[in-house]
Amino acid sequence: MTDFEYVLGLGDDALVAAQRLAQWAARAPEMEEDIALANIALDQLGTARLLLTYAGELEGADRTEDDLAYLRDDRDFHNCLLVELPEQDFAVTMAKLLFLSAYQKPLYDRLADSGDERLSAIAAKARKESAYHLDHASLWTVRLGDGTDESHRRMQDAVDRLWPYTHELFEGEHADLRAQWLATVEAVLADATLTRPADGGWTPGGGRQGLHTEHLSYLLAEMQVVHRAHPGARW
Amino acid sequence: MLQDIACGEASCNTDGVYGNDFGAPDDPAGQSLLDQVEAAERELRSAAERRLAGDDHLQGYFEAIIEADQKVEPRDWMPDDYRRSLVRQIAQHAHSEIIGMQPEGNWITRAPSLKRKAILLAKVQDEAGHGLYLYAAAETLGVSRDELVELLLSGRQKYSSIFNYPTLTWADVGAIGWLVDGAAIVNQVPLCRCSYGPYARAMIRICKEESFHQRQGFEILHTLAHGTPAQREMAQDAVNRWWYPSLAMFGPPDSDSTHSERSMAWKIKRFSNDELRQRFVDMCVQQASVLTLSLPDPDLRWNAEREHYDFTQPDFDELMQVVKGNGPCNRQRIEHRRRAHSEGAWVREAAAAYAAKRAVREPAGV
Repeated sequence: MTDFEYVLGLGDDALVAAQRLAQWAARAPEMEEDIALANIALDQLGTARLLLTYAGELEGADRTEDDLAYLRDDRDFHNCLLVELPEQDFAVTMAKLLFLSAYQKPLYDRLADSGDERLSAIAAKARKESAYHLDHASLWTVRLGDGTDESHRRMQDAVDRLWPYTHELFEGEHADLRAQWLATVEAVLADATLTRPADGGWTPGGGRQGLHTEHLSYLLAEMQVVHRAHPGARW
Repeated sequence: MLQDIACGEASCNTDGVYGNDFGAPDDPAGQSLLDQVEAAERELRSAAERRLAGDDHLQGYFEAIIEADQKVEPRDWMPDDYRRSLVRQIAQHAHSEIIGMQPEGNWITRAPSLKRKAILLAKVQDEAGHGLYLYAAAETLGVSRDELVELLLSGRQKYSSIFNYPTLTWADVGAIGWLVDGAAIVNQVPLCRCSYGPYARAMIRICKEESFHQRQGFEILHTLAHGTPAQREMAQDAVNRWWYPSLAMFGPPDSDSTHSERSMAWKIKRFSNDELRQRFVDMCVQQASVLTLSLPDPDLRWNAEREHYDFTQPDFDELMQVVKGNGPCNRQRIEHRRRAHSEGAWVREAAAAYAAKRAVREPAGV
């Protein structure tokens, strides 16, 4: 039987990623990108809703997607740290999306073939979207890496700063997916004339156990403020 | 030409860009707005099929096209004033979509349910899409999107003044959908029959999406109005604040409108500001009663003789102040747009540099 906390963690990854992407609304570098980022945010949000609803059923305590999204504190969120990190500039957003989608795509591929019928249906839908996210992030990583001196510097800086957080993605039962992830990401970085950061050293983690960065609590405060101000209300 | 299409002081916002039409106000149960959009789409097709007898004289040909309710297309000859007028109107409409993303975008991260968050995100995304179609329609008239964006950022072209009001609570998202999108539809449905083909076609597509947005706004308010006392109060407060600014979206009274007459003759515009404002009021009264919310006008009442509702006009001095830049959020909205533009400059430069490198590495045809 599929574990409640595991499905919750997948749902939280998607939800927190959507919340960060949604912060770009009306501020993207070009109008076409406003549309693309909103699209990706909508995909992540859609997957989050399906996963949280399923997690609520697995738990059997009658919690809905909104109960899980709006009425848990940061210590009860199980997302990886990568998705909650603030996005100082567009290079950070694209590096996060590259690392996340290069992980979500093979993970959903695998879950689509799992014995759990519900999870496999959700993953079968989500993996098509992840393929688009990966494509979009790869194209931008290459454009920025191989664009101007400034964009190269910003993209390399984003890759370097986020790389340590990618180790957490492969904790636990899907550790073997890292080889596929590396093959995807290394090829994109090479195309982008970017240096692949070295492994080892600092490997932050703890998100799956509810130990987050200081950033998550602010993200949740903003997301939950209206819902919590009106206990029991319907929207 | 850009000098000419830049806006004179307070003269803009008068040609019904984001706000101008609706039909059958006396027959609310009859033809729906969407039916009208579809009728315009059918007319557009049949106009394209009819062939007009050739006229060697360009001005005469143009006038014959307008007279026959056919569409002027980008390669047709058209008077300079017609072209300028359209560029200004379409650009202001495009700018309104882009600036209009901000007040609603303000609530995406705080939307109180995941379903509402998804709907709002999709709505703000639609607005970016509308902005893009409209800039593309303006480009068929010989200006570039970059030039128009520059006119917006430098304040030489305006956007609808309605977006210079703040969204203070979640209920404002509902009020914008119901009232602001409602007023925009009333203004825009007749534009589906506009004499300029690319604009008419863009409006047909946009109106279909706007009517969906208006329904969503109505639904948000309906849920709030039937919710807890605090939710109900939030909904009423939002309607109180957005009612008069929405009425002002139709522009100054007909007696003061600067561009109306000529636009009517050219069939760019089909109904006057005051006619459209009346249609909007008549439509809202009935809907407000379904919402069980009141409209903040003690003098609102049915006039059996006119067969319309009498109502209090919006404060046009306030509208002129907002048009001049003195509304609550004018500075904030334009600063936000300028910041997004300047902070994104390095990304656009990188994309251009990369494209140029690729063009050298992979010459065309490879």
